[in-house]
Amino acid sequence: MQQRVKEKALELLRNGTVDRVIGWKTGEFFYDLTPAVFETAEEIEKDFVFSGFSGANLSKYAIAQSRAAGKTAIFLKPCDSYSFQQLLKEHRILRENIYIVGIACEGMLDMEKIRAAGCEGVVSVKENGEELIVETLYGDRTLSRKDCLLERCAVCKSKKVVIFDEMLGEQGDEQETARFDRVAELEAMTPEERFAFWRGELSRCIRCNACRNVCPACSCEKCVFDNDKSGVRNKAAADPFEENLFHIIRAFHVAGRCTDCGECSRVCPQNIPLHLLNRKFIKDINELYGTYQAGADMETKSPLTDFTTDDCEPSIVHERGGVK
Amino acid sequence: MQRIGVFVCWCGSNIAATVDVEKVSQVLAQEPGVVFSTNYQYMCSQAGQEMIQESIHKYNLTGVVICSCSPRMHEATFRKTCEKAGLNGHMVEIANIREQCSWIHKDKDVGTEKAVVLGRAAIAKVHLNAPLTAGQSPVKKRALVIGGGIAGIQTALDIADAGFDVDIVEKQPTIGGKMTQIDKTFPTLDCAACILTPKMVDAAQNEKIHIYSYAEVESVKGFVGNFNVTIKKKARYVDETKCTGCGLCTEKCPQKKVPNAFNLGLDNRRAIYIPFAQAVPKVATIDADYCTMLKSGKCGVCSKVCTAGAIDYKQKDELIEQEYGAIVVATGFNPIKLDKYDEFAYSQSPDVVTSLEFERLMNAAGPTGGTLLRPSDGTHPHTIVFVQCVGSRCDDGRGKSYCSKICCMYTAKHAMLCREKYPDTDVYVFYIDVRTPGKNFDEFYRRAVEEYGVHYVKGMVGKVVPQDGKLKVQASDLLGDRQLHIDADMVVLAAAIEPDETARPLATKLTASMDTNDFFTEAHPKLRPVESPTAGIFLSGACQGPKDIPETVAQASAAAAKVIGLLCKDSLTCNPCTAQPDELMCNGCSSCEKVCPYGAITYADKEFRGPNRTTLIRRMAQVNPAVCQGCGACTVACPSGAMDLKGFSNKQIMAEVDAICR
Repeated sequence: MQQRVKEKALELLRNGTVDRVIGWKTGEFFYDLTPAVFETAEEIEKDFVFSGFSGANLSKYAIAQSRAAGKTAIFLKPCDSYSFQQLLKEHRILRENIYIVGIACEGMLDMEKIRAAGCEGVVSVKENGEELIVETLYGDRTLSRKDCLLERCAVCKSKKVVIFDEMLGEQGDEQETARFDRVAELEAMTPEERFAFWRGELSRCIRCNACRNVCPACSCEKCVFDNDKSGVRNKAAADPFEENLFHIIRAFHVAGRCTDCGECSRVCPQNIPLHLLNRKFIKDINELYGTYQAGADMETKSPLTDFTTDDCEPSIVHERGGVK
Repeated sequence: MQRIGVFVCWCGSNIAATVDVEKVSQVLAQEPGVVFSTNYQYMCSQAGQEMIQESIHKYNLTGVVICSCSPRMHEATFRKTCEKAGLNGHMVEIANIREQCSWIHKDKDVGTEKAVVLGRAAIAKVHLNAPLTAGQSPVKKRALVIGGGIAGIQTALDIADAGFDVDIVEKQPTIGGKMTQIDKTFPTLDCAACILTPKMVDAAQNEKIHIYSYAEVESVKGFVGNFNVTIKKKARYVDETKCTGCGLCTEKCPQKKVPNAFNLGLDNRRAIYIPFAQAVPKVATIDADYCTMLKSGKCGVCSKVCTAGAIDYKQKDELIEQEYGAIVVATGFNPIKLDKYDEFAYSQSPDVVTSLEFERLMNAAGPTGGTLLRPSDGTHPHTIVFVQCVGSRCDDGRGKSYCSKICCMYTAKHAMLCREKYPDTDVYVFYIDVRTPGKNFDEFYRRAVEEYGVHYVKGMVGKVVPQDGKLKVQASDLLGDRQLHIDADMVVLAAAIEPDETARPLATKLTASMDTNDFFTEAHPKLRPVESPTAGIFLSGACQGPKDIPETVAQASAAAAKVIGLLCKDSLTCNPCTAQPDELMCNGCSSCEKVCPYGAITYADKEFRGPNRTTLIRRMAQVNPAVCQGCGACTVACPSGAMDLKGFSNKQIMAEVDAICR
């Protein structure tokens, strides 16, 4: 697959289908692949990489690139395709300027987990089916791929690419997973325990804004946190709690639009489990208004911006301690 | 910097008793921007208003804060006051130190402290206020009446009489409502049909009135003066324009075993039916739940016998869109279901009936042709027990806490009619209290007792047991301090009344408020009893609370008068507090459009100058200020915070919160 993706990128550029390709290239290390826009075959030959570390969700870059002259190709893994379609639904991407290549996905790798398995001085990781051959300065190690997946891939919600012009590999299906188990655990805590949990997690935040910058739902022309009129721009936090609220506000802003792509947690340098905030919203929406997956299709209205006369009163439902 | 004047009202002792008004005006005088602060006994009086106007001139005020009652009460008054002194009305803020402060606090120190805080918040907001100017919107000169009972009919007739078009939407195949099922009316005992059916015919023949029978309101958009309503005309499988109402089909239809809803299931009708002889419109309707043709495709008898060729098995529900300036709700009531009152054996014996069923049993057009017979065996009942307050004034959670108001009088009527027609019957009425406030009501009740010899017993029936063809009634006589055991032939239950089940979803569509019992709430219980708090929505009849016929008709005409007053106007002043997007921040994502209940938001592609002399085309939200009602739903739906509400901007509200938390 790694080779097929690169060849497809070359083919699309060479045969003139597109003028540029959004893909991944190596960063400082082999495992920190970053999104990149390639305009020539030479650039692709030199830098384009698709591997188990191509976790980065490229959909957000289509907003700007779809407005550039000519046509742009983009590679979308299943979870990325949900983000892409959600942005399309919000009129952010000009569909006619984009050529989508869907990629079947076996789950992306988490370097932290490889290190946690005791691998130090990792030089390269070779993917061999269910096995990973980890080459280190101290010799090779073999690990099971499924033990080294990103959290979001370990509980993958869907292997289906929901929007594409062309598909590489087998189209998959939506999957039943345990992705809400941790949320349920948090819900079971007392309010004091939960507050302490989140104060602890969020206390590590350094406000690098990586979560916001990577999030496809956080693609506003101007973020409220950068908006002079909001009254919070460049405002010094009065106390650490005010700083913590950044994440709560952000979760509210993306509620109903978040597809649970998990990028926020993947990029967080402090390993804050930010996806749990979003998943709590998704879980609540599913329970109160019926199952809803943002970006799954172009038609369904988000329950939070839709009103039907039989909508429940969330507060009443929660008082009853149950589902609708 | 604004120059702000603060005016603290005593409201007699309403505020001054629990708030130190002198201290409030002194403390608020120290706030930044406040150049004048005072207090006065009645700020809304002429003297108070003049004081405000003089101060505006004397201190060159650019903003005014009035600490008084709720803005719902006097905001408009004080805006007008300031406008006369040359200040824009939207530079006035009200701090509600009565309803939200003095009335709920007993301790003067606490009340005073809170009044100061509320005043501070209003001052903080005025600092950010800007003058706003209202536009005008036209008024659609057509009214919608939802419900075609006596309330709806009276309202429609009165509006039409003033020269405006009115549509009645009635969910049943005929207008007339509950009154068509009633036999005689108290306190005059004239026949309900005789006084109602001429009105039904009047409505049908009036050129200004259009009746949508067998129809429901599907959706409501828009606002006062400009409602856009979708009406769903349910398929009746009969072409209304062709059907002559001859009734031949209703005699020939082979499906004879359909419970007759008009007679409350006491007898049967056919699958194609006209509810009753005087139905308006007199058009047949096919009951799709029972028609064999519609269910299995085999039959077609009605189509064969119909000489007018009116039967249309392929008819579909039809959606009609219409614009209205005003909407009147007249959805009426229903007796409650009695499944929680097993002690009265309603579900065990057909001889235990509700009062409305009793009306049908007494009615000449009813299942027994007007002869009072027991439903079980068709014999004449000799002992009849009436039980009042079944489900009314009920505090055990099974019924309604309120008094259903009409039961005392109709029970007296029933008892009196029984004794008059059948002097050999013994009639008992069990009551908690007999309530007869109304013109000629108490006289009526006394006639029942004194002239007709009805046995009124203060006390409740504890149990009814069907046994050997009798109903063993066990009851207490509180005045005689004894237990009574009566072998009755019939028991009549005065079931509580409740709003129609369509009222709750309708209120949601209209954004009209309701109380906990699902009765529509009036804008003010004393001073605006026929208006809903939602502008342009009016209330007629029992949808607002239990009412007898005279009261219903009075309210119906009152609602009509209010509608006529509205439709007379050519235009209404719009609300200037409308939403406005910041184009530099708008993503064009459509979130605001999705939540806008008024359809005020559209999108357009707009050119922007990008860096290096490039142009960018971006999708941009646009608000039509004539349609926007300032509800603010878009401002919270907007992910980027581009949408803001004039007069209630996020910044203004945050400033108020900050001032309160300071």
